[in-house]
Amino acid sequence: MTGAEILIESLRREGIEVIFGYPGGQVLPLFDKLYDAQMRFILTRHEQAAAHAADGYSRATGRMGVCLATSGPGATNLTTGIATAYMDSIPMIAITGQVKTHLIGNDAFQEADVTGITRPITKHNYLVKDAKDLARIVREAFHVASTGRPGPVLIDIPVDVQQKDVEFVWPEEVNIRGYKPNYYGHPGQIKKAAKLIASCKKPILYVGGGVITSDASQALKELAEKMNAPVTWTLMGIGCFPSTHELSLGMLGMHGTAYANHAIMESDLIIAVGARFDDRVTGRIDAFAPYAKVIHIDIDPSSISKNIKVNIPIVGDAKNVLGQLLEELTKVPETSDWLKTLESWKKKSPLSYKAEGKLKPQYVIEQIDEATGSEAIITTEVGQNQMWAAQWYKYSHPRTFLSSGGLGTMGFGFPAAMGAKVGCPERIVFDIAGDGSIQMNVQELATCVCNKIHVKVAILNNGYLGMVRQWQELFYKKRYSHTCISGPDFVKLAESYGAVGIRVTKKEEVRPAIEKAIATENTVFIDFHIEPEENVFPMVPAGEAINRMIEGLA
Amino acid sequence: MKHTISVVVENKFGVLARIAGLFSARGYNISSLAVSETLDLATSCMTIVVEAEDERILEQIKKQLNKLVDVITVTDFTKKEHADRELVLVKINYTLKDKHALQALLEKYSAKIVQHKSDSAIIEAAGGQQQIKQLLQGLEAFGVKELIRTGRIAMAY
Repeated sequence: MTGAEILIESLRREGIEVIFGYPGGQVLPLFDKLYDAQMRFILTRHEQAAAHAADGYSRATGRMGVCLATSGPGATNLTTGIATAYMDSIPMIAITGQVKTHLIGNDAFQEADVTGITRPITKHNYLVKDAKDLARIVREAFHVASTGRPGPVLIDIPVDVQQKDVEFVWPEEVNIRGYKPNYYGHPGQIKKAAKLIASCKKPILYVGGGVITSDASQALKELAEKMNAPVTWTLMGIGCFPSTHELSLGMLGMHGTAYANHAIMESDLIIAVGARFDDRVTGRIDAFAPYAKVIHIDIDPSSISKNIKVNIPIVGDAKNVLGQLLEELTKVPETSDWLKTLESWKKKSPLSYKAEGKLKPQYVIEQIDEATGSEAIITTEVGQNQMWAAQWYKYSHPRTFLSSGGLGTMGFGFPAAMGAKVGCPERIVFDIAGDGSIQMNVQELATCVCNKIHVKVAILNNGYLGMVRQWQELFYKKRYSHTCISGPDFVKLAESYGAVGIRVTKKEEVRPAIEKAIATENTVFIDFHIEPEENVFPMVPAGEAINRMIEGLA
Repeated sequence: MKHTISVVVENKFGVLARIAGLFSARGYNISSLAVSETLDLATSCMTIVVEAEDERILEQIKKQLNKLVDVITVTDFTKKEHADRELVLVKINYTLKDKHALQALLEKYSAKIVQHKSDSAIIEAAGGQQQIKQLLQGLEAFGVKELIRTGRIAMAY
């Protein structure tokens, strides 16, 4: 078999049914084989979108997303998507073509040191120098990408390796001596944690994307209910616990709910599960949760005690460790007073917005939530649209909120929605976008229409790069430096690609437009003209303690 | 405080770049680095001396090293019984009239002359940190023209 055939056969054996990508000179042998392969290929209109689509596919389905690009510029265009997946620990395989082995390092046409460039933004990467290694490398790459703390793995394949004829040998198992993730918590640590839990009075479960990755939602719910402890989540954790549950406190952090932020600051025990105490969550680190002891459950030892001091570290897979903890936990804390306090905070300072004035973005999202029965897959871009989507949609399932949490990549939402829709064709997929972000990958309208990937895009159009404008308003004396942005006529733009465009300027038009978009067998852009200077509140100013919120709890 | 860490890695291209990248990306400076193959030719050992202001940074460095797929083991010698050595070559001003003084110094530190010409000599010495430091202080009296060091290597008992 040629290297190209080996690659395709290896992907098939790993269960891959779809690849997102873009052809080019150094992947021609591969594309020649793809012509006959029983594999769906989605031709995006930009390599960055191929990476985000593979990422979105992976986030929505839990199955591996694969993207493919040529050498040089094809590969460098993938990098934003790779870095996005890396920051959010999303398993993904990126395959790139490379110039012929003997030309590497010679500044050949479309050459770039892709393994060098992607080293800090991949979990691991490979430059394949011999076709004989290819099957093993693909097998290893899938293993590394999908296990432990997952992440993207890149395989760079020179064009002559793709052409080389060698025997195909599929390794039955993977054995990498330097890579042995720890899946179960140390029993001694579990005992200590159970003891600490039994004696606390104001516990809080602080949970993140790791719960979704390890499919630990059920175990989390059981633990929360057994302990009678409130649950707050990070942006990446959205969906891992039902937001309508009585123990739910919603998201915490910079744009979290006032009561979640106050709860963590007042708590005497934080049980962190698959979360990493990111700066958007902790605010000023030395003022964070002054009374709390911390149990930190994470599969990545380097996440533990990185930002804050941890009393009981437990390295392991969230689902396993929560299971161990549930078994060990015989005595549960008395939390009724604590829950009463939290209930009063919830009543006093719910998430809110002023309904009067122009069309409100929060209202638009509430309507999308109602129209889809809280059951859609929501993707977001980055900025205000992302925060409103996080705050106002009522998520209750994992893998239904797909957002670039760590890297904060504008232009993520639309291609990610495309990938999610390919993976979950029966689901309604909505990208909640801003008029700035959507323009960063708007070319994917062509991909959607061409491949009949019917995603719905709600553009919250305020004529600004809203989040930056909000910071300029609050911290830079309203000096709106280059944040006023014009866009095209989004209705006409959608139509020119063969998609459907709807413009909404009034409140009463919102629901019918959403209903129409859902009913339409096509990709739909809804251009919502919203209040231009609406802000996302509550808000913790950067560098402040997280209970020092603007428009927070009085 | 300086810490000595030894890292056993897969003997493959690109591994050194991964290790170096890990340090540079976080702004940690490597004081010295010695790399070579081990008994097992499929692995290399890197002895890294690094300056870490506090325990937390050192812990992060070790955890990040362990996280690399190509890293097999990480050993921190800070609190471990171990032997460490470094080889240095020093070029000094040297004429025959200094012969006795120099030889007394070299004997004290088990160092030797590898080469000498009419006005200079190259001294070789291997030893622990303290020993090398004292030897270098002693050699200053002759006038040091050039100094090169291999960086520390270490082995646990």
